[in-house]
Amino acid sequence: MNLTLKIWRQAGPRHPGELVTYKVKDISEDMSFLEMLDVLNEELNAKGEEPLAFDSDCREGICGSCGLMISGDAHGPERTTTCQLHMRSFSDGDVITVEPWRANAFPVIKDLVVDRGAFDRIIQAGGYISVNTGSAPDAHSTPVPKENADRAFMAAECIGCGACVAACPNASAMLFMGAKVTHLSELPQGQPERDARVVSMVDQHDHEGFGGCTNVGACSQACPKGIPQDVISTLNKDLRGALRG
Amino acid sequence: MTDTTVNAGITHGLYTDGDPVADTKAPAGPVQDMWTTRKFEAALVNPANRRKLDVIIVGTGLAGGSAAATLGEAGYNVKVFCFQDSPRRAHSIAAQGGINAAKNYKEDGDSVFRLFYDTVKGGDYRSRESNVYRLAEVSANIIDQCVAQGVPFAREYGGLLDNRSFGGVQVSRTFYARGQTGQQLLIGAYQALERQVAAGTVQQYTRHEMLELVVADGRARGIVARDLVTGEIETHAADAVVLASGGYGNVFYLSTNAMGSNVTASWRAHRKGAYMANPCYTQIHPTCIPVAGEHQSKLTLMSESLRNDGRIWVPKNREDCDKDPRDIPEEDRDYYLERIYPSFGNLVPRDIASRQAKNVCDEGRGVGPMVGDFRRGVYLDFADAIARLGKAAVESKYGNLFDMYARITGENPYETPMRIYPAVHYVMGGLWVDYDLQSTIPGLFVTGEANFSDHGANRLGASALMQGLADGYFVLPNTIRDYLAKGPFEPLAPDHPAVVEAQTSVEERTARLLAINGERSVDSFHKELGAIMWEYCGMERSEEGLLKAIDLIRGLREEFWRNVRVLGAADTLNQSLEKAGRVADFLELGELMCIDALHRRESCGGHFRAESQTEDGEALRHDDEFLYVAAWEFGGGEGLGETGRPVLHKEDLVYEAIELKQRSYK
Repeated sequence: MNLTLKIWRQAGPRHPGELVTYKVKDISEDMSFLEMLDVLNEELNAKGEEPLAFDSDCREGICGSCGLMISGDAHGPERTTTCQLHMRSFSDGDVITVEPWRANAFPVIKDLVVDRGAFDRIIQAGGYISVNTGSAPDAHSTPVPKENADRAFMAAECIGCGACVAACPNASAMLFMGAKVTHLSELPQGQPERDARVVSMVDQHDHEGFGGCTNVGACSQACPKGIPQDVISTLNKDLRGALRG
Repeated sequence: MTDTTVNAGITHGLYTDGDPVADTKAPAGPVQDMWTTRKFEAALVNPANRRKLDVIIVGTGLAGGSAAATLGEAGYNVKVFCFQDSPRRAHSIAAQGGINAAKNYKEDGDSVFRLFYDTVKGGDYRSRESNVYRLAEVSANIIDQCVAQGVPFAREYGGLLDNRSFGGVQVSRTFYARGQTGQQLLIGAYQALERQVAAGTVQQYTRHEMLELVVADGRARGIVARDLVTGEIETHAADAVVLASGGYGNVFYLSTNAMGSNVTASWRAHRKGAYMANPCYTQIHPTCIPVAGEHQSKLTLMSESLRNDGRIWVPKNREDCDKDPRDIPEEDRDYYLERIYPSFGNLVPRDIASRQAKNVCDEGRGVGPMVGDFRRGVYLDFADAIARLGKAAVESKYGNLFDMYARITGENPYETPMRIYPAVHYVMGGLWVDYDLQSTIPGLFVTGEANFSDHGANRLGASALMQGLADGYFVLPNTIRDYLAKGPFEPLAPDHPAVVEAQTSVEERTARLLAINGERSVDSFHKELGAIMWEYCGMERSEEGLLKAIDLIRGLREEFWRNVRVLGAADTLNQSLEKAGRVADFLELGELMCIDALHRRESCGGHFRAESQTEDGEALRHDDEFLYVAAWEFGGGEGLGETGRPVLHKEDLVYEAIELKQRSYK
């Protein structure tokens, strides 16, 4: 198939950016979206134009490195990561717009690459269980009901890609944060720090410049791992509990 | 032509023999007592002195992230580096199946000794007994640690942990989190690491790539790294350096490794004096999604846990290969692993499963699209499992893997058998380390996939996660203190000749890559190198093929430094420049892998030499000649891309606890 691509090019954080139009030909439907961009980059390189910069690493939908706004949808038209989006989801002659995540808390570094360091700092604020190496009791000393373990796992599937933020009209990271709070709150090991964790993480979230949640639900729709919106309810419930003391 | 009594590599002047190398750190005595003894004998560092000691860790996967967190908790001053934008993205995250531990929760006869035995046997008797025993010994602690961190392992209805079995063993000792075990373990280590960042014991440098090791006065004292965002070349000093930078499977271009996985940190250390051990030992994983076309940028693994319930087959007759598999009757199917290996069946170790898949495809019985002259695929069929367990049970075990398969291929594996083919997945080879995980450069430690020590010539499933976390949480923190107790060392002056040399060489190399402005892209060189490696240094190697590969690689490397085109600037994010540096190092590594494969004229584990097989085509080891680790010293070389003749140092392998046998899974 032949496609027209309108891709965001931006030389650096303080440079103005613009959409630049490129044409690609003979794209196979078995290619992933990123392989299609690889093909474009090879062509640009051959023409002496600098290839476009975009993040990707595992290319199997688990590392969370990749993430593009594709014609206005975070990760494109399917519910998956950009690297797992295949060209069979598009048709010959399509015009596709490709942009980086847009959020004040995710500044553009270059072209389609953004800085998601804010996510690390939210985790640093409390997204962990404090247990030093070597001090753990036997793994079977605390049984965890399967229901709780399964919900913890579901929430822990978050890959930290940032699609939830990109999809949200408020650029809120509540789904990301709710997933971590839910993961740890479901487990007995997470109880001792439950209150302090949620307060500290929410503080950091606001400090980073993410917006508030207004229950739009676009985050959950865009999430490649299908993390449900109710993790935000869990977060809010934990926050209420913590603030009441 | 070839002399059959003198080793081909020597005959062809490709390497020279050096003195033997030996591990001097493992204590004497029975293998069961060594770790306890070593932990006691290794010097301690007073808690008050720890904050005066700086440790650099390169890589934030399971081996690096866990070590950084643990050393931070202990109170050392840690700097941790990763090329990704967050430590959480390291490629450990992609491991699917599980992590082994000798917990014996199933009461099925498992024990530390059995896990040790299985790992040594699975490694085809080319690993070091002392290291492997320790790995098995600390395996149970890993599970405890991870559960305490909140890693959501699969559980049974009673609330206790579930286990599954894995290839190459007959007990259920694998802990798992659906098909995302690596992700969950890495997130556990990552969270522990971020906790230390918040506590101020660890400084985290993301989007930084190590490009040189600083060796001053005979000790590893720091690294030169490039800030991938600003392009700045920075020198970071420390009292010890830990490489946890992963494996080099991307030398094959197509592999299941992440796009950024590379050998540069290890190779730069090798060029500075660290020996590279058994570099040719590559694991070709049997259950990957087959190549679909020219554009392919990477391959995707399907966890081998699928072999627990899936049955592998090809048509008995070539004429059936392009039929719909559901129309091929039972009697016309060849379940070749069950036929050849009745006691292990579909659960034979990875190297065997991979080679047999290649054999049936070479016979013209492969399935799927033609790649070159052959169909490169075999069926992995769940029809029996779905009939036996129900679709829901299969979905709960493997749902995400099935979804991934459907996403990539456009086919539904609940309806039609999956197609799989082997792909490069892991390297058992790596930098040589002693029992303390210290390389031949004092102060340079190497953990996880980047070292060579635990898996011999073949790694068993669910053992990579175990090794990464064993090294990072429990082994390194106990052994590195013996070295750090000698510190802090003299501060490293910015004008120390070793610093100036390292920094200048990185700057010159970067400038050179940008100045060539030739005709070919970095990727085109990488693909060509990968094709050479896969053809001649892949699942089956021969003397003739390896000699040819060495010539081809040398020619390609020469062309690279003359004709590569890297656009853009040095002082900005420049992904072409990053790739160029990595491919330049792969072009040197590839040659060493071929020399290592050439010199090892035996078949063992992942290394199958065409000249060394039994009458029925099974691998034939030669313990009389090759019962050793091949540790290669860099052969020198002045100009960019020049390598001299490497020097072979042998570490003899001694088996005292386990009897040496030819492997049999029949």
